[in-house]
Amino acid sequence: MQIMSDDTSIGGAQQQFPLTRFSVIEGSRSEHPIERQRALDVLISAYWKPVYKYIRLHWNKDNEPAKDLTQDFFARLIEKRLLDRFDPSKARLRTYLRVCVDGLVMNTDKAAQRQKRGGEIDFSPLDFESAEGELLELPLAGNDSPDDFFAREFARSLFGLAVDRLRKELEDKGKAVHFQLLELYDIEEGGKQLTYDEVARRFGIKPTDVTNYLAYARREFRKIVLEELKAITADEEEFRREAQTLLGVRLA
Amino acid sequence: MRSLNDSALARLQEAVDAPDLEGTRYRLIAKLGQGGMGSVYQVEDRTLARDVALKVINLADGRNEVAARLLQEAQVIARLEHPGIIPVHDAGTLADGRPYYTMKLVQGKSLEDYVRDLDVMSDRLRIFLRICDPVAFAHAHGVLHRDLKPANVMVGLFGEVLVMDWGLSKLLTGGAIGSDAAAKPADPSLPDKCSAPGTDHGSVLGTLGYMSPEQASGGGQLDPRADIYSLGAILEFLLGTAGSGRVPRALSAICEKAMAAERNDRYSSVPDLAADVAHFLDGLPVTAYPESAFAQAWRWITRNRTWLLLLLAYVVTRALLIFFRSR
Repeated sequence: MQIMSDDTSIGGAQQQFPLTRFSVIEGSRSEHPIERQRALDVLISAYWKPVYKYIRLHWNKDNEPAKDLTQDFFARLIEKRLLDRFDPSKARLRTYLRVCVDGLVMNTDKAAQRQKRGGEIDFSPLDFESAEGELLELPLAGNDSPDDFFAREFARSLFGLAVDRLRKELEDKGKAVHFQLLELYDIEEGGKQLTYDEVARRFGIKPTDVTNYLAYARREFRKIVLEELKAITADEEEFRREAQTLLGVRLA
Repeated sequence: MRSLNDSALARLQEAVDAPDLEGTRYRLIAKLGQGGMGSVYQVEDRTLARDVALKVINLADGRNEVAARLLQEAQVIARLEHPGIIPVHDAGTLADGRPYYTMKLVQGKSLEDYVRDLDVMSDRLRIFLRICDPVAFAHAHGVLHRDLKPANVMVGLFGEVLVMDWGLSKLLTGGAIGSDAAAKPADPSLPDKCSAPGTDHGSVLGTLGYMSPEQASGGGQLDPRADIYSLGAILEFLLGTAGSGRVPRALSAICEKAMAAERNDRYSSVPDLAADVAHFLDGLPVTAYPESAFAQAWRWITRNRTWLLLLLAYVVTRALLIFFRSR
């Protein structure tokens, strides 16, 4: 599916960031089960952790019921074609999904859900243990609104996906050191304590290459984040607003 | 999936939004601030070995109209060569496709912060007069600022007063910037509205509280009197936060005239407004406040009290001398 937006100007005239080849909104509305499954995969990869954490913390569910509800939510999303009702002019996809989660939890009938779950939808195993580990690191009793909490966890999930994809792509290109430098400086914050000479010695590169490699990795990371986000937003306006939220820029 | 803690997430967000300076002469040092249209970074100009400020639109705002607005801002500032307006050094497009421009890096305080330690009203009024200078200069060259407020005025380390953030400025039709100004009327392709801190795209631009009624309503052609309203609001801010207590009625009247709801009732130009404030500082009558005969006499006495006291002392001394000689 090709929905490359002609009017997308992020990346400028040079089109440094060719944005998306696929949209979950389009895919979820497809008549083809494969397309719908692909849309679900993309959606699950970006949203399952925010949904799980939201159910665990906001709805105060134990981990087993939260796991069930998380899987039920995505199953219902496709089976009941909930995305068909999504109107990007009224809300962001993220907000719509959160409201759907609220509806599911409030109206849940566990037995019926368990029967329905797993029908035509093929779930990849979800790593709930890692989500539980992340929950332990979250500050207790924050003042976040449900939407703010969901937005932050969505950003965390999307950036996590982008980091995974960056590592794979750079390793495939033989640029593993580039990724390791980004990991050192931006994920682990270890680079601040080291001089460029020390970092260069550690990775067996020239000191002048440290900044160049890091800049390259960051550039690729930026491109991936925007591509991932483009895939799970409905239109240019939602993409712009979500990018602003993800990058920490708040609109009134 | 990689687990990211809050600080890692924040660093990655910053890395994504940071300008890609590859291929430029600049090296990123630190982020200085962020507004509705873009962010400002401190960068090192490696060619000239000096630090400058680089403004770039937000990554999510790659839309043509915002990019055009940034370029227009750079062009407006570049043409307005005035000590009260930060000079632009360079403009271009980054490797990530975003337009940018660089300007002099000014270290100092915003007007809001600066006046916290400035309790003397006359000092505040002198600052106000220096805000009026670049605005009057811009008007004379056909440019409206449209977002004048204390946060957009900076006082440098050496006391220089600078009017910042011309991102919402508007070139008036027929404006006379530079020698070829007549050939450069307002660009009709540019939107009349764009984002500002606290506003979304397509909504009314500016900042509530400092915006004239005609600007807030979003209708009608704006003229310099819209900026005069904002200057009146800045004057009101300066007077309202002064620690000297009651505001003289003449100054209140100047504020009221500058901020009149009907723009025909305002000062017709920034120099007229500045002249009234300067007259107040010199103890002269102001046009905004017609005085009674008693008030005029009292102001005259107040203004000339030193001479009057000397005269009084002379008269009393003479009287005493005459008195004692006559005995």
